Amino acid sequence: MMKNKPDEEDYWNSSKFKAFTFDDEDDEFSRLKESKQAVNSIRSLVEEEDDEDEVEKVSWSGEPVGSISWSVRETAASNQKTQREHAFPKINASSPSVSRSHSGYSLSSLFKGESALSESSVKLYAPELRKPKSESKDYISDWSPEETIHRMQQGKVVSLERFRSLQDKLLLLDFSVRAHDGNIITAVLIHLKRTLSKEVLFRELESRQTALRHFIHYLTEIRDHRLLLELLSKRRDFLKSCLNLPFSPEESAHVQDHYTLLERQIIIEATDRLAEHAGKVEIFQKFPRRASILNMPLITTLYYCCFYHYNEPEGTYSSPLNIRHTFRISEKQYFVTVLAARAKLKAWSDLDALFTSRNWLGFTKKKSPLSFHRVVDILQKNSAPTQVLQEYVGLVDDADLRIGLAQKHKCHDIVINTYRDLKDRQLLLGYRGKVERGSAEERKINDLLDSPHIRWKN
Amino acid sequence: MAAHLSYGRVNLNILREAARKELREFLDKCAGSKAIVWDEYLTGPFGLIAQYSLLKEHEVEKMFTLKSGRLPSADVKNIIFFVRPRLELMDIIAENVFSEDKRHSSVDFHILFVPRRSMLCEQRLKEQGVLSSFINIDEYILDLIPYDGDLLSMEYESAFRECYLENDQTSLYHTAKGLMTLQALYGTIPQIYGKGECARHVANMMLRMKREFAGSQNQILPVFDTLLLLDRNVDLLTPLATQLTYEGLIDEIYGINNGYVKLPPEKFAQKKQGEASKDLPTEPKKLQLNSAEELYAEIRDKNFNAVGAALSKKAKIISAAFEERHNAKTVGEIKQFVSQLPHMQAARSSLANHTSVAELIKDITTSEAFFDNLTVEQEFMTGVDTDKVNTYIEDSISQKDPLIKILRLVCMQSVCNNGLRQKVFDFYKREILQTYGYEHILTLNNLEKAGLLKPQISSRNNYPTIRKTLKLWMEDANEQNPNDISYVYSGYAPLSIRLTQVLARPGWRSIEEVLKMLPGPHFEERQQLPAGLHKKRQQGENRTTLVFFLGGVTYAEIAALRFLSQMEDSGMEYIIATTKLINGTTWIKSLMDRPESQAP
Repeated sequence: MMKNKPDEEDYWNSSKFKAFTFDDEDDEFSRLKESKQAVNSIRSLVEEEDDEDEVEKVSWSGEPVGSISWSVRETAASNQKTQREHAFPKINASSPSVSRSHSGYSLSSLFKGESALSESSVKLYAPELRKPKSESKDYISDWSPEETIHRMQQGKVVSLERFRSLQDKLLLLDFSVRAHDGNIITAVLIHLKRTLSKEVLFRELESRQTALRHFIHYLTEIRDHRLLLELLSKRRDFLKSCLNLPFSPEESAHVQDHYTLLERQIIIEATDRLAEHAGKVEIFQKFPRRASILNMPLITTLYYCCFYHYNEPEGTYSSPLNIRHTFRISEKQYFVTVLAARAKLKAWSDLDALFTSRNWLGFTKKKSPLSFHRVVDILQKNSAPTQVLQEYVGLVDDADLRIGLAQKHKCHDIVINTYRDLKDRQLLLGYRGKVERGSAEERKINDLLDSPHIRWKN
Repeated sequence: MAAHLSYGRVNLNILREAARKELREFLDKCAGSKAIVWDEYLTGPFGLIAQYSLLKEHEVEKMFTLKSGRLPSADVKNIIFFVRPRLELMDIIAENVFSEDKRHSSVDFHILFVPRRSMLCEQRLKEQGVLSSFINIDEYILDLIPYDGDLLSMEYESAFRECYLENDQTSLYHTAKGLMTLQALYGTIPQIYGKGECARHVANMMLRMKREFAGSQNQILPVFDTLLLLDRNVDLLTPLATQLTYEGLIDEIYGINNGYVKLPPEKFAQKKQGEASKDLPTEPKKLQLNSAEELYAEIRDKNFNAVGAALSKKAKIISAAFEERHNAKTVGEIKQFVSQLPHMQAARSSLANHTSVAELIKDITTSEAFFDNLTVEQEFMTGVDTDKVNTYIEDSISQKDPLIKILRLVCMQSVCNNGLRQKVFDFYKREILQTYGYEHILTLNNLEKAGLLKPQISSRNNYPTIRKTLKLWMEDANEQNPNDISYVYSGYAPLSIRLTQVLARPGWRSIEEVLKMLPGPHFEERQQLPAGLHKKRQQGENRTTLVFFLGGVTYAEIAALRFLSQMEDSGMEYIIATTKLINGTTWIKSLMDRPESQAP
């Protein structure tokens, strides 16, 4: 802990700490402009055919003409043309059944070790590596499980059928896992699936997590849902038996919340759809629902309820307050969501109520868990009128930030009042130039400047 | 087109040539005219190996994209499918084959699996009853693709997820295979260093494979002196930080894919005189990015703040060169000027492009949002308030900013604090689930499993020790004229690259303590060279290290390594290899479950 201290001090005491700074913004920009200008001036000088004689031709999409992906499109397009030319279907005279059986490379032949598979067709497409010395060994000899896996890795003919005992099969599996080649693990698993009862297979897989994951992946891929479900429900039962163990309560709480949320969404969706169709509830007429609320995230659901069900008593499922409490939504999240929803509806008075708190003397005060700076941002995004904005800009504590915001959103009163409070005559004079001629603001500035009661600091 | 591959210290064009040779041999196996049906994903990586002209020379007349339904009529003798071993693609192929059979054509079918053939896929073809229709079923091992003069990538997107989440080490097997191929071409690498579980696995597999080939010895003089294998999870922090080099920012903002980037077209519209701007392009502008382009090679690794100056300097040079025409008086002079024109015009158009790109990026880096985000990142990296809930993150969640942005920041805070305090951890988790949906609990669990987001178990946070020992934060990083790798993140020196730097000098022994704090074992292995292949090093000759990032590397890290290569007194040149080029966004995305359901 003590070790951290100097760090912090370093940070606070040194002004060296900096974020990514673009020193001299203008300069940087002008540099880009400079090179742009240069480019343009040259462009006028060398007209047209400029792209022609470059190192490589580039089509508009930027791919070099002649690159593979470009040519795929190109030859396909030319193909369409030729197709149109031969409008008649072409009848092919030659016999359709040229025997194709000589390709012969099939999984079962692989497993049976049939010699249909010639060595050459499995030749590895890599620069010739030196041949291992084992290659000179005889074909049909008795490969051990380990040797068999090695041969499979080299793409050679092997016979898995020969391994009949459970022990051998498991050895195969273990060696394949050790070889880290998913392809071979899968091949062995396929063999095991065919030749073992699923009770035995499942039992053995339980203690072989890597192989198990490959098997689940395999079943998912081939869409063997029946077996997969069986396997997973076995896992689920296993998990269920584990639930009594001290598993993270946090995790199960999230699952519970997910369930509760979906349950509510179903109820709200049913009720609201009816209400919308009946056409009796004004808000659904004015702002038709755009999508169903089913399966939406919690905060989206809260927003929805703030939009359509804001004033409901806390007892209902769709009441925002009820949702807030049920799901333990943080104060900040709640405020932001209400703010966004009510601002969208331009229900400014709701916001007033939201931020107003009363102390024990009965005085009211505006309070917010998020900075008023951000409140203003959100309001402005929802095109709140200046009057409303002004109220919240005025609540920003930091004077510089407040003036900045006020100037940005043209809240003249706040700017003027702040300068007055700062007793800064110069700034006020400067600001007079920015307000409209003959406006109320200008008059107010003039009155202040003429006022004998203010002791200006400059 | 691939000349830039041979400029570097190691001529990677040899690897490319080897790959092209295999491709030609396969094509020639299917005698007669051909059509290729492409798994669209593969056209990108293949583009790095070959152009259409090569295929054409070997009688490839048509090329199509793999689509379900009927094949377009092609009138060729062979139809070859170039596909990844994916089951869903097998179903499409089966459909294609059936439709062609109905046409009674006498076409021969072939499949080329990239990068490996798969039992599962062949079984699927058999189930669909088409397996016997194929004359050739082959594999095209595209383990390491030469990406640039000093860069190799496997373009294996899911490698990190497979290794750390799914416990599937297939990608490591491919890595070891790729390294064996590399050694077959460039000689045995005498020294292997590594840090991390996966690094250990790969080294073990390499050594075993070498034993299996023990009969004959590799007689090529070694090009690489050292191989350094680094697990991505040794340095989880670096990819989470926003890259601040030119190339890094292009990738962060627009995403670089197989060496190409797609950009919004507006800034690239060429306004020609007398031409109405009626056909403003709406299609994104696609640019190829590699060191073949002189200007790009010059500025790609610079901190973005130094790019403006570099561009304007270049502009002046080019303008001056064009002005030269006024001085050309004699016929000979004019002739010489004209002969240089193509080169100058290429330089001009390159300058125009990158000026536009820089403008696009500038718009973003000067925004308040970018600045705020970066400030928080830098606070975390310097260890400020990492044990509290961060207000900026909280606000970003309540504004429903993109989930990936939130996850990057939260993970960064967790990594920089050696796990979050339980209360903080629970708070973020609840806010994220409530705002983005409970289904993301799967993603959060994945991040936890990968070690990116976790509750603090011990009260000891060793990140500050690591930061100080390895000098991960440099107060006065010089962005314009860098003297340290920390310029790539404007202050933060990537941990992975510091490890590489220390290994070269003074050696890992000096940082034993820190290495023990990072996950996984660290090790050193030696591979025996046959007598006579020991290099006799000239005085002052640089050594070459191949750094292999298992699980991905960022452009900023690559920039930092290039910087080290260029440092005069470093005495080391680096070649970089990786499973995939990543950035924080693509990386986190690869760890998400159902990323598509993410709110925009």
